[in-house]
Amino acid sequence: MRILIIEDDRDAAAYLVKAFREAGHVVDHAADGVTGYDLAHEGGYDVAVVDRMLPKMDGLSLITALRAQGNETPVLILSALGQVDDRVKGLRAGGDDYLAKPYAFSELLARMEALARRRPKGAPEDTVYRIADLVLDRLSHKVTRAGEEIVLQPREFRLLEYLMQNAGKVVTRTMLLEHVWDYHFDPQTNVIDVHVSRLRAKIDRDFASSLLHTVRGAGYMIRDGAH
Amino acid sequence: MALTRIFRATAFKLTLAILGVSAIGAGLVLAIVAWQVVKVVDAETRQTIEVEAGALVDQYERGGIRRLGAVIEARAREPGPTIYLLTDGVGEPLAGNISPLPGDVLSSQDFVDTPYESLDGRGRGRRALARVFLLPGGFHLLIGHDMGDRARIGAVMVHALATSLIFLAGLAALGALFVARRVLTRIDAMNRSAHAIMGGDLAERLPVSGSGDELDRLAIGLNQMLARIAELMSGLREVSDNIAHDLRTPLTRLRNHAEEALRQRRDDADYRAALERTIEESDGLIRIFDALLMIARAEAGRGQMSVQPFDIGAVVSDLAELYEPIAEERGFALSLDVAPDLALVGNRELVGQGIANLVDNALKYGAMESGGDRAVSVAARREGADIVIEVADRGPGIDQDDRKRVLDRFVRLEGARSHAGSGLGLSLASAVAHMHGGHLALDDNAPGLKAILSLPMNGAVT
Repeated sequence: MRILIIEDDRDAAAYLVKAFREAGHVVDHAADGVTGYDLAHEGGYDVAVVDRMLPKMDGLSLITALRAQGNETPVLILSALGQVDDRVKGLRAGGDDYLAKPYAFSELLARMEALARRRPKGAPEDTVYRIADLVLDRLSHKVTRAGEEIVLQPREFRLLEYLMQNAGKVVTRTMLLEHVWDYHFDPQTNVIDVHVSRLRAKIDRDFASSLLHTVRGAGYMIRDGAH
Repeated sequence: MALTRIFRATAFKLTLAILGVSAIGAGLVLAIVAWQVVKVVDAETRQTIEVEAGALVDQYERGGIRRLGAVIEARAREPGPTIYLLTDGVGEPLAGNISPLPGDVLSSQDFVDTPYESLDGRGRGRRALARVFLLPGGFHLLIGHDMGDRARIGAVMVHALATSLIFLAGLAALGALFVARRVLTRIDAMNRSAHAIMGGDLAERLPVSGSGDELDRLAIGLNQMLARIAELMSGLREVSDNIAHDLRTPLTRLRNHAEEALRQRRDDADYRAALERTIEESDGLIRIFDALLMIARAEAGRGQMSVQPFDIGAVVSDLAELYEPIAEERGFALSLDVAPDLALVGNRELVGQGIANLVDNALKYGAMESGGDRAVSVAARREGADIVIEVADRGPGIDQDDRKRVLDRFVRLEGARSHAGSGLGLSLASAVAHMHGGHLALDDNAPGLKAILSLPMNGAVT
């Protein structure tokens, strides 16, 4: 991925640049809002990380300005303000995702990868997802593995759908809670893990290869185990 | 007090304006009165002339022109405002007390306002209201009334008007000075208080005179606002004190673990484990911090969070569904009873977090050590204007004495220490309830605990 990081804190920016490069991505960094806007405006980035409080131009204005110019680069807002309402404001300004500081890098990376692979607006979405012999039909709401139909509860279907949509990428627990349940709070307990293990029992248990994997310290990933 | 300040005061200008308007009003009243008086005097004059004419015509009819001439001569000699002039057909004077008048006056049929000159030379340039009566035989009889009285009335009125205007102007200036000074004194006092408050004396309040006037009402309103601000600020200070205090413990623990790892030489695996533990500890700290901030925001009062209508029944069902697998894993029977059409105006995320905390608590602490019934029931229904969410378990419950205390921050009861937790779950649920104008109550489920979250349907709006 080509990533643009707009962050004024030098330590935080250096850490992000280093960590993303280690993860194999191309990274540019801007230390203030105006430079960041110019870089983003030139385009060519798969995803941008924008700090909310920036010198010269704050993060939300920057995103609003980009969107007004028709620039649709996916943006993840990074903020020290973690409150529910700040999140809503960020998304309303045109941000695509929001992460409160302090964050785990694995969480940030997973969210960035999920954002970067978003299709451009208007492009048709796949109606059928396939991973190895697992097939999910989004129109008929049917799931089969090796031709056998697997009966899923509606929520399990959405869980699998989201995982398959992000196949080959790490999906964190909070991402699942946000996208499958539409909640942004702390569930206190490992509720998501239990849902995932139920789903795993349905799609993996009776088959030779596992598709739904736990990524330690990060979350889950669905991928073709043979590769 | 500098005069320029008084002149610039709104009260001064207002008072001047009001007195200006009343001066114009006084002038108008005087003018109307003068006009009316003149009208009455004129009418009386006319009537007197008519009566006089009737009497003289009567004399003429009885004794002819000679008798009339004699009577007029007699009357003309008496001093008074009445004028007489008797002429023959060509205008030659026969009797009277004034000099001959021009022909057009004598030939007029109605009352005329005419200048005249009296024969006794009492003055020139006088005017009279007069009427000419035609007598049989071609004689003209003019009877009139001197208008000096009317002119005097006019003069008196003009004089009265001038005097009263001067008087009013003086009064206006004095009144404006007095009112402006009085208002300015009080505004200055308020201003001094405001500056004292800005200077840091947060206990200072605006002075209230006790008269109950609009300045008092303003001062009382502002004082109430100041009291509310002070209350919020002290609440905030309390929260930050608590946060500082309560984060110290886990921070110390975090530091101790890191130090311990450094103290002795170990292998990479040990360091790795220590670092992982450090990250885990700091994640815990972040969660506590987030929860505290959320509580603080919710406690700071309504209007701090965006609210919108949402289906709270759906939230409760979603949450039950979210926790159902973990309930099953822990051997709980989770039952759900949600009434239809439960719309609440509020913050969905916060309400969701509050209910999740209650369900999470029930699944953590809602089981007897000795086994027994493992059941958690979640219900949502309408009760009057409230929406009531009930989460009940069959566990050991909470003693009556402790029920209020557990709603406070960081309170963890003895039995709870074996479970991971921050002691903030119920505080948050309670703060969310308050923010929505409702409350969280803990009750005995005999056995077990029943947490009852009551939220007025529009509580977050009003």
